[in-house]
Amino acid sequence: MPEGQQPILELQGITKSFGGVEALRGVDFALCPGEIHGLVGENGAGKSTLMKIIAGVHTEFSGRFLVDGRETHFRSARDAHAAGIAMVHQELSVAPDLTVAENVFLGNQPTNRLGLVQWRRMAREAGEQLARFGIDVDPMSRLGDLPIGLQQLIEIARVLFSGARIVILDEPTSALSPPEVERLFATLKRLREEGTAIVFISHFIEDILRVSDTVTVFRNGRKVAETASAATSKSALIEAMIGRGGEALEHSYADDLMLPRPSESAVILKAEQLSLGRSLNDVSFEARAGEVLGIYGFMGCGQQELSRILFGKLKPDGGTLAVEGRPKTFASTAAARRAGVALVPESRRDMLFHQEPVYKNISISILDRISSLLLKPGQERDIAKRQVEQLQIRPPVVGLDLGMLSGGNQQKVALAKWLTYPPKLLVLCEPTRGMDVGAKNDVINIVRDLRTKGLAIIVLSTEPETVLSLADRILVLKRGALVREFRNEPVSKDRLLEAA
Amino acid sequence: MSSETALATGPRARGLAPFLRSQMRNIAPFLTLICLFTFFAFASPSFATLDNLGNILTQVSITGIIAVGLTFVILCAEIDLSIAAIANVTGIAVAYFTLQESYVNIANVPLPGAVAILLSILLCALLGLVNALGLTVIGIPSFIMTLAMMQIAAGISALLVRGQIAYKVPSLITTLGSGSIGGIPWLVIIAALMLLGGHLVLTYTRFGRYVYMVGGNREAAEYSGLNVKLILGAVMVISAVCSGIGGMLGVAHFGSAQQNEFDTYLLDSIAAVVVGGTSLFGGRGGIGNTIVGLFVLGVLNNGLDHVNIDSFLKILIRGLILLAALIINVYAQRLREKAAE
Repeated sequence: MPEGQQPILELQGITKSFGGVEALRGVDFALCPGEIHGLVGENGAGKSTLMKIIAGVHTEFSGRFLVDGRETHFRSARDAHAAGIAMVHQELSVAPDLTVAENVFLGNQPTNRLGLVQWRRMAREAGEQLARFGIDVDPMSRLGDLPIGLQQLIEIARVLFSGARIVILDEPTSALSPPEVERLFATLKRLREEGTAIVFISHFIEDILRVSDTVTVFRNGRKVAETASAATSKSALIEAMIGRGGEALEHSYADDLMLPRPSESAVILKAEQLSLGRSLNDVSFEARAGEVLGIYGFMGCGQQELSRILFGKLKPDGGTLAVEGRPKTFASTAAARRAGVALVPESRRDMLFHQEPVYKNISISILDRISSLLLKPGQERDIAKRQVEQLQIRPPVVGLDLGMLSGGNQQKVALAKWLTYPPKLLVLCEPTRGMDVGAKNDVINIVRDLRTKGLAIIVLSTEPETVLSLADRILVLKRGALVREFRNEPVSKDRLLEAA
Repeated sequence: MSSETALATGPRARGLAPFLRSQMRNIAPFLTLICLFTFFAFASPSFATLDNLGNILTQVSITGIIAVGLTFVILCAEIDLSIAAIANVTGIAVAYFTLQESYVNIANVPLPGAVAILLSILLCALLGLVNALGLTVIGIPSFIMTLAMMQIAAGISALLVRGQIAYKVPSLITTLGSGSIGGIPWLVIIAALMLLGGHLVLTYTRFGRYVYMVGGNREAAEYSGLNVKLILGAVMVISAVCSGIGGMLGVAHFGSAQQNEFDTYLLDSIAAVVVGGTSLFGGRGGIGNTIVGLFVLGVLNNGLDHVNIDSFLKILIRGLILLAALIINVYAQRLREKAAE
């Protein structure tokens, strides 16, 4: 925090609990104008909870809350917005069916005296704002038609240019490609010059160190450190985050990593000449038992579509799939599941039931294995308990509604669904996205363990680290086509980025 | 979130207030029922009698039978507007296949009773299947698809009776619709059995779980490898068959089969399910809620007859109560989400 400046926002002794579980315990936090404040911490450490209190999403908590030195209590996100606080949430919250311009002006569309929307003005101004951000799109195109990364950038742009004095960004870079991240950082720095206070939450500690002035570390609902970013290092931060020696856990993947000799084991899945509209073009590959196949590429390279085709959610325009040599056309996800294919999509919201207890979430995909007609809740709970124990899901209460778990633990539940009766082919999309170092390592170990058990595993990711930490063989997907295969050779982050 | 605190506090330790808030969906309709019952019991001496209780049971039975299937549909976050029309056409069909008195001027096709019943059930199942195919294969929203089916079923009814009234139905249907055993009407017993059956299926079977999961998050159900279309199709057929059974017994209960005689059952059935607290957004509620909803409507309809009230005002009051229930339904959803935070 710059010396002698009056904080724009000050929180003292904030405590917040969810159903008896304390998410924040006596946290102090201050934010000055013209400051970029980085927040790091493991999943469930309390970062997002604190930010949601600031943004008026959580309204019940104890502690003092001061804006411009005056004690304030927000009753809703609207109040926070009126006070000049805006937040970009971890999960995309855009209106995909509206135009880009409407999304940019969501809630305050320019109107004339009669209250009619001034479309031309709105489109022009939206275009100008986005251009300042380096985004070149037609403001009148439907937002949902754009790639996810671009949608996220537009959401960020909307919040950044909303005139807010305090902007909170929760994991803004996870869906962005490297050039997009650069553009975001340049914009953040410009806004800092203009006096905006920015909170930046990220698991990418390098990003935090590069862009922030101050960094605060959370652990178990407590603030454990606050230092100037220039005076700390990645390993110091990781150590503060997890409370144990961090160097060994985080691999930078800057150096060459030797991929093993290609597996000779049985081909589980053979995909030939898959194509889908503009997304995929003539994609052919094999996945073998006991091998992790990594598929790397930037956001919008066709990964998402490819994973959906493998799980029967999308029908390809052309091409064939064969599981263990038998040709398959998956008419539904149920057919894919019966053929032994499992998918964990990148978005937890898409595959979990937030209002249902953990055990029902875990058992849903295997109900037909444990019961023919009548349910066996006792057995379901037992299976869930085993998985919760094995994957170290916290809190270890299988009857708890899933929505009460932290993001990383939800991700583990998403994986746990498929592990009781392991499939032949497991397709993982962004398996470690948005996870902290500890949880990432847990997932990596789970995946390695599954590989040893003879599963064929496909990992699709836009993060080179994810692919490098898991894969035995790596394919690079670029604009819907496979452009490079790494096998039995050295590979590094640089080489991957170069190929994509 | 630390593991120590989490270990010490299970879901039960959350305190009474959040628990009650999360159960608002179930508590509110029940309170409504008790309030209504108490009010009418004081307002009219003839209301809270054993005889009248029997009346209420009989009056809600046909709605109850239809509402069983509708509960499945609404739990899946779909809607079926063709229930009353399918009930009507099935009731007419079973009369159409029965030998009528000579003065009934309908070109009917007399068949043995069992065959007539079977054909009628097949008819409603077939109409339900058309709903199912429209919804899942073609992708027509259920609201529109069943609106069309409402017209189609009404059209078939019209063609079968051509403005006439039929009176005879197979003897089995007559017994079940208008007879009684040991003083209890068969109609009430059938309704109770079907509600019980629906409850058992929803609570204790795999299919029931799938219904809740599809309603709770359809996308997640699909990503879990469930055959969502099959489940949606099944609930549409179940709804149509329940409606058909309600229609056949209803015709026997009323003593006649004619055009438009089930029209009020559409709104009543939807109201019973929703007033009972089953979420219109799917995934929450169940037959227990529907039963409470049935009694709220039954007590309301019956009670308004016992107090001296303008019969035209009755319609308005019913509408207002339905609105209140819908408001509670939406708020209960929000409160639950808050409790889960």
